[in-house]
Amino acid sequence: MTGDGFAASQTAAAAGEHGLSRSPQTRRPLVAQAPSASARPTKAARRVRLEGLDAYYGDNHALRGLDLEFEPNKVTAIIGPSGCGKSTMIRCINRMHEEIPGARAEGKVCLDQVDVYDPSVNVVAVRRAIGMVFQKPNPFPTMSIFDNVASGIRLSGASRADLRDRVERALRGAGLWDEVKDRLAEPGIGLSGGQQQRLCIARTMAVDPEVLLMDEPCSALDPIATLKVEELLADLKQRVTVVLVTHNMQQAARVADSTAFLLDGELVEVGATDEMFTQPKDSRTEDYVTGKFG
Amino acid sequence: MTALPVISARRRRTDLFARGVFAALTLVAIVPLVLIIYYILDKGLGAISWHFLSTDPTGNFLGDPGGVKSAILGTLEIVLIATALAVPIGIGVALYLVEFGRGTVLGGVVRYFVDVLTGVPSIVFGLFIYTGLVVTHTLGSFAGWKGAVALALLMLPVVTRSAEVVLILVPDSLREAALALGAPRWRVVARVVLPSALTGLITGGLLAVARAAGETAPLIFTMGSTLPTNFDPFKQMNSLPVQIFNDVGQAQDRLVTRAWGAALTLVAMILILTLIARTLARRSRLT
Repeated sequence: MTGDGFAASQTAAAAGEHGLSRSPQTRRPLVAQAPSASARPTKAARRVRLEGLDAYYGDNHALRGLDLEFEPNKVTAIIGPSGCGKSTMIRCINRMHEEIPGARAEGKVCLDQVDVYDPSVNVVAVRRAIGMVFQKPNPFPTMSIFDNVASGIRLSGASRADLRDRVERALRGAGLWDEVKDRLAEPGIGLSGGQQQRLCIARTMAVDPEVLLMDEPCSALDPIATLKVEELLADLKQRVTVVLVTHNMQQAARVADSTAFLLDGELVEVGATDEMFTQPKDSRTEDYVTGKFG
Repeated sequence: MTALPVISARRRRTDLFARGVFAALTLVAIVPLVLIIYYILDKGLGAISWHFLSTDPTGNFLGDPGGVKSAILGTLEIVLIATALAVPIGIGVALYLVEFGRGTVLGGVVRYFVDVLTGVPSIVFGLFIYTGLVVTHTLGSFAGWKGAVALALLMLPVVTRSAEVVLILVPDSLREAALALGAPRWRVVARVVLPSALTGLITGGLLAVARAAGETAPLIFTMGSTLPTNFDPFKQMNSLPVQIFNDVGQAQDRLVTRAWGAALTLVAMILILTLIARTLARRSRLT
């Protein structure tokens, strides 16, 4: 009993430290940690560790006891055939999985030391710290290009003092500034697919996350737009930990520092990307990367 | 080269016959509609004049019977009050059903009862308010606001159902995008879902208004009728449907003519509203 209480308070304290706590003092960590508009410290990318992660859709056991670690300032690619649990896994990291009716997750997802599933953790703060880019570009149709990028800041109720600067910085960071700077007031859905996806990346990065989850971000894009997003990843990983789900093995080989291979909700193998593709330890990995199935 | 089979004479005849049947059915459906519009125009157009629109009914047995000014203004005010009551509640219910109550027991029960409410005859709403608010003399006897409440009850399921359909159409990917940015649920609804659905919500509201504006039964028992223009909803008020209802049973031809004129006025008002709703809906589809 006492032991439990101690453990819980330990976690709560750790959560407070990281600004994920529910308590009102630290409710809006991103604001609290931003002392002034100009001299905002760049946030550190964080290590993400999955410990015994299980995920369910109703009775369907989609992830089975996953243990996996994502290094800060690295791109980790998740590969595997359709339905292997790639998307489920990254949706568990920012707790978007639980938004699906009947879906739940068990186990731990640690952001450095803090378990994002700890009851004292505020789910809204988790999502602010762990940004996500989706498979299909999904800019808000009612908003202009500027408002789309600003939406993350506005929707989270954060300070708006330096909104223009932050929007510009985010658009530059997504390599989109030069293309859109003269039409910031035009609707976001007027852009091409690739531009829309980079707009979504800018929108996510404008909130200043510590981790960036990307769920097959290029699967709806043409090769040139894909290339642009891939080039972006090299910049983005300077600022955040990147987890990239992809069904495109060439893409994993091009951009990822390490690669994890999932099959039927279980982790088969994880390692440095070039090793995974040249000398995998598991025969199933070899079969998959050489195109024998998938 | 293989020859393509020729269409047989029998198939041609069947096709012709089927087309004829459907054309005839369509005609049958259109005939009453055309006749209604024709009669209203034929009998009502003669009654319409500036005098008709700008004077209250006098109630004089002899001499000038007056126009329908109080009825037009009464209908506008009552429908406005009913809209102010029904639209926020209806959209609120729809928001609950779509955003929070998906798959819950309460959500299912609410949706079922909203469906039941849609099928309730309008006179039942009138009687409900009559027994609940008029007979009990709640804040006086017959009064405009009681008619507005009856109309609001009638509009509520229409608004709710149309709003629900529109809200469901807002793609989940937008909700997910907003949630993943760290937005609390209420902000997702207020800043992303409602703006995306706005034109559809307005269209649904206007269609409900159009439906309510023509209702007679909920008003007869609830707000009575009066001749002079009255903007005070705590007293009896005049309205176009009730004016038509009263005039059409009169023995004097000129009063019956006034009923036709009032009917034409009402149809024109509803037509304008529907056109606005259509235009908005078309614009929303384009974006």
